[in-house]
Amino acid sequence: MLIKMQDITKAMQEKARELLQNKEVELVIGFSKGSLPLRYTPCFIRQPEEAEKLAWGYGCENNLAVYLRKRPEKMAVIAKGCDSRSIVELIKENQVKRENLVIIGVPCRGMIDRQKLSRLLAGKELREAEIKDGLVAVQGKDISASFPLDQLLYDSCLTCQHPNPVLYDYLLGEQVPARGSDTFADVAGFESRPPAERRSYLMKELSRCIRCYACRQACPMCFCEECFADCSMPQWVSKSSLDVQANLFFQAVRVLHLAGRCVDCGACDRACPMGIDLRTLTRKMVRDIQELFGYTAGISLDEKPPLAAPIKTAAGHV
Amino acid sequence: MLLLKKEQLLAWLNKLTQAYQVFAPVNEEGCVSFKQIEAGDQCTLDYTNSKVPPKEVLFPRSEYLFCYRCEKEHVELKEQIDEHKKVIFGLRPCDARSFLLLDNVFRNERFQDPYYLTRRKNTVLVGLGCNQPPATCFCTSLGSGPFATEGLDLLLVDIGDRYVLEVLTERGQELLSGMELPAADQEAREAAQKVKEGAAVSSRVTLEGLKSKLDVSFDHPLWDLIHEKCLGCAACTYTCPTCHCFDIVDEAQGNEGCRVRSWDACMFPLFTLHGSGHNPRPTNKERFRQRVMHKFKYFVDNFNATACVGCGRCILNCPVNLDIREVIAEIQGTEVRSNKQ
Repeated sequence: MLIKMQDITKAMQEKARELLQNKEVELVIGFSKGSLPLRYTPCFIRQPEEAEKLAWGYGCENNLAVYLRKRPEKMAVIAKGCDSRSIVELIKENQVKRENLVIIGVPCRGMIDRQKLSRLLAGKELREAEIKDGLVAVQGKDISASFPLDQLLYDSCLTCQHPNPVLYDYLLGEQVPARGSDTFADVAGFESRPPAERRSYLMKELSRCIRCYACRQACPMCFCEECFADCSMPQWVSKSSLDVQANLFFQAVRVLHLAGRCVDCGACDRACPMGIDLRTLTRKMVRDIQELFGYTAGISLDEKPPLAAPIKTAAGHV
Repeated sequence: MLLLKKEQLLAWLNKLTQAYQVFAPVNEEGCVSFKQIEAGDQCTLDYTNSKVPPKEVLFPRSEYLFCYRCEKEHVELKEQIDEHKKVIFGLRPCDARSFLLLDNVFRNERFQDPYYLTRRKNTVLVGLGCNQPPATCFCTSLGSGPFATEGLDLLLVDIGDRYVLEVLTERGQELLSGMELPAADQEAREAAQKVKEGAAVSSRVTLEGLKSKLDVSFDHPLWDLIHEKCLGCAACTYTCPTCHCFDIVDEAQGNEGCRVRSWDACMFPLFTLHGSGHNPRPTNKERFRQRVMHKFKYFVDNFNATACVGCGRCILNCPVNLDIREVIAEIQGTEVRSNKQ
């Protein structure tokens, strides 16, 4: 039984070593321990003896599917539920060759939201953290506290319906039960607010945008050769951040472009250095696609993407 | 050295806002940045460091350079030079140092940038020493420190219920006119000394020998892999107090418009894309190398200084935890090999 993170780490290292030794792959993309407390960082392993760098924990928050495009070599990737769903969509969009990819699936118990923790610590600096028996014990200069793990997980993890990889060649650890159904109550709540209020909320959030495009770069599905935001002829959106409306326009178009492709992994939201709430937009679009097309992104390789297939309605095909 | 009671701070800030545009750390949804305040109570001094550095006060994310209107026979131009007197209040010593580095870029033999320099000339810097430097700070490796006074006009040292105020320039003195603050007594001086001694910067990088390694490392194979996890966003550059690259575009409608300068980043492909379609930095490898080289080699070549103040923002804000301290250590660990090899 593989439940402990250390056991998964060990199994991961063994599998990576084996794949590299047997020359089944040239590269393994996974996580290693990061340089900050609770943080893990993407790592690229090419030699069997480097496999020991691989690690697994509650800080493996990045969606590694972002690294898979345009790589000629055979490779393996560590995939949580959300990473695997992005991989499914990338395969469907001919961005990744299934036969070149070995997917090492890892059932995911959710990842820790460092911003939530930072808010709980009221800006005080986290120096050390240990996770044991569902509790996160944190230490800092003037802090010593303990929080239930569930209180610290990303919102996207708390509503996640697919913690287990949907597509894999190897599975490390035991399947994790999905949390209770996702009712999109947050989306309904947002929609129930008057338009002016919704707009002013989004404008306030986007007023912090510095146009670093971390959201776009962290998203596995944002892979346009030329993003519309970078296009100068014609110039679709202002390059300056003088006008908050332009920030909102950029984000709104980005989100719409992800219709039926976004797996709600939360990578954009996590990447934002300014802590802008991006999931209010992406979730609305994910819910709309489910309602309009009955489609959930990244579940099956066979199901056609909604905008490439005839529209199914209650009355039949349109 | 003078003494300022904490309860006097609000009145002082309120007074300053009468005569100056005061930019101070403001906490919005847990995100601290330097904003213009109307009253002292909008400011928070209980913070580690701001998310975006105060460079944005002197070198905004986007600014109008001039606006124009084309008529049949002539063009009407209106320059947009910001001449307001400003105070940046409560900035950290590392960020004060960043202004000294930026000065090299905006005021040198070849270029004099009136937009930055006018603001710079009219801005007084009131620093706040760091009693508890975070673990990501490595300022002492770059010639600064948690209580360094370089570049500042005033420095506040928090000793609990009071501040010891170090007056460093005449401009700093001017901010205190009419305040009649008492001189710091022996006890307060000792308390300030104790605070300074207790503020340990634990993280270090080794700069010695780095430049000479980079001098011959342009083609080193280390660049092939070191950037690999970098996503190519600008979270590091836009939150860096010394990054200063910009782009200039016209935002026009009909026959009128404005020329706008905005931050730009060497991590973007568009940064070096030629009109012909050719890009001399075609992949993330070249772009990441550029960022490292600019900070630790080219800036040293040009201005004899390293373009980093050790504030740790790039470490805290990188979406994939690509840590510049580890990058430096990795470069330091490589064998020197010449470009010709």
